[in-house]
Amino acid sequence: MNGTAIRIIPCLDMKGGRVVKGVRFKNLVDSGDPAELAFRYEEEGADEIALLDISATLEERKTAIEAVRAVRRAVSIPVSVGGGVRSVNDAERLLAAGADRVSVNSAAVRAPGLIAELASRFGVQCVILAIDARARGSAAKVPGYEVLIDAGTTETGIEAADWAARGAELGAGEILLTSMDRDGTGLGYDAGLLRSVVGAVRVPVIASGGAASPEHFLEGAEAGARALLAAGIFHRQELSIGSLKRFLADNQLEVRL
Amino acid sequence: MSGSGKPRVAIAGTGAANLASVEALCLRAGVAAQVSDRAEDIAAADYAILPGVGSFGAAMERLSARGLDVAFRERVAQGRPSMGICLGMQMFCLASEESPGVAGIGVVPARIGKFGNSLPLPQLGWNRVGTGTGAVADASRSRFVKPGWAYFANSYRLAEPPPGFGAAWGVYGETFVAALEYYADPGAARPSLLLCQFHPELSGPWGLDLFSRWIGVKSEEGAA
Repeated sequence: MNGTAIRIIPCLDMKGGRVVKGVRFKNLVDSGDPAELAFRYEEEGADEIALLDISATLEERKTAIEAVRAVRRAVSIPVSVGGGVRSVNDAERLLAAGADRVSVNSAAVRAPGLIAELASRFGVQCVILAIDARARGSAAKVPGYEVLIDAGTTETGIEAADWAARGAELGAGEILLTSMDRDGTGLGYDAGLLRSVVGAVRVPVIASGGAASPEHFLEGAEAGARALLAAGIFHRQELSIGSLKRFLADNQLEVRL
Repeated sequence: MSGSGKPRVAIAGTGAANLASVEALCLRAGVAAQVSDRAEDIAAADYAILPGVGSFGAAMERLSARGLDVAFRERVAQGRPSMGICLGMQMFCLASEESPGVAGIGVVPARIGKFGNSLPLPQLGWNRVGTGTGAVADASRSRFVKPGWAYFANSYRLAEPPPGFGAAWGVYGETFVAALEYYADPGAARPSLLLCQFHPELSGPWGLDLFSRWIGVKSEEGAA
């Protein structure tokens, strides 16, 4: 083998320290204890655990730190945490609680220097740049993908591939790329979006948004993603990580079995 | 060994991240570890671990500011068990291409360089650790690290083991050193210096097995 295995990463969206499922950011239903879920996913073969804190209030954010601590004790694989990270202090609290990596999204777009600060303080391996993007649409002057922030509610006009390249230059060790067109639809990752960003950076790219079948994960890897992230499909137990990995291995992908 | 019979483990804490993960590893192995930035604590421990993430230069500056470079150098000279993880492994070497002009702890007579191929950087993810022959002469085979999957997060690496060190290998576009073993007592079952480019604390049961065997809470034959 000539490189690392393709990684499968279940993402746990947390609100107030509890995992919620459902279409991201809307119609949330409590799904369970993050540490229990994370433990189960490691047993099933998950390569990493991603925690996304979608808490709205300060109180909810405080419980999220406890959840990070609990997840850290429950698993022996890498844990990344994102959601509302706006400063080096925010990142430090999460890393001290047990996160191995932190991801930044809206705050980084508003103040790109945050990426460089985090990389300088903690190392590029600790910094993930999360990018939410949507296809510009047929009316757009130039085809491409526009970066959205604030949970997909604010348009920036910025091209996803350009932002990814800048982020990597500033010190992001990895890009977490979510298609806002595909997220929650079950129609598969956006291969065009993936290819445009993978082609623009040297750092690994994690595909996110839309995967619902083993074939979708395969397509994500073929589009250049080094890691494949999904949430609801795993939480709802529609697909087991074990059977997914066996399918990928049968299709000549290097996976850790 | 300390009076309770359990090994005293110190983790050098100089502001680098991922301390919580290493602490969790120790907990899992059934030992209480002390995180410390004091040279006397590193010197007194039965086992001392140097973790590290970030850049070589910044980490060495923090380490030497606390005199921990000297503390680890002395441990190695006395054959007292020490472990380096990721950047911690690299810091035991002479220098790194990442931070020209900065001296490492220097007990490993080798220099760290950047991966020289076109694969994504950093190497992030699970890779196989091998201990087989092939390009590796028998004398430099590792005998403590076993083959398995390990988690890596690195852009810099050691390309070749220096003489006197056993090596476990990985392949990331090129062959690189996944772990180094040094035995102050050539007949010992466990290396007095174990340097891991991967993160044993993030490498599942395989990583726990390696660590548990190294700190002596798990025998070579099987479960403790």
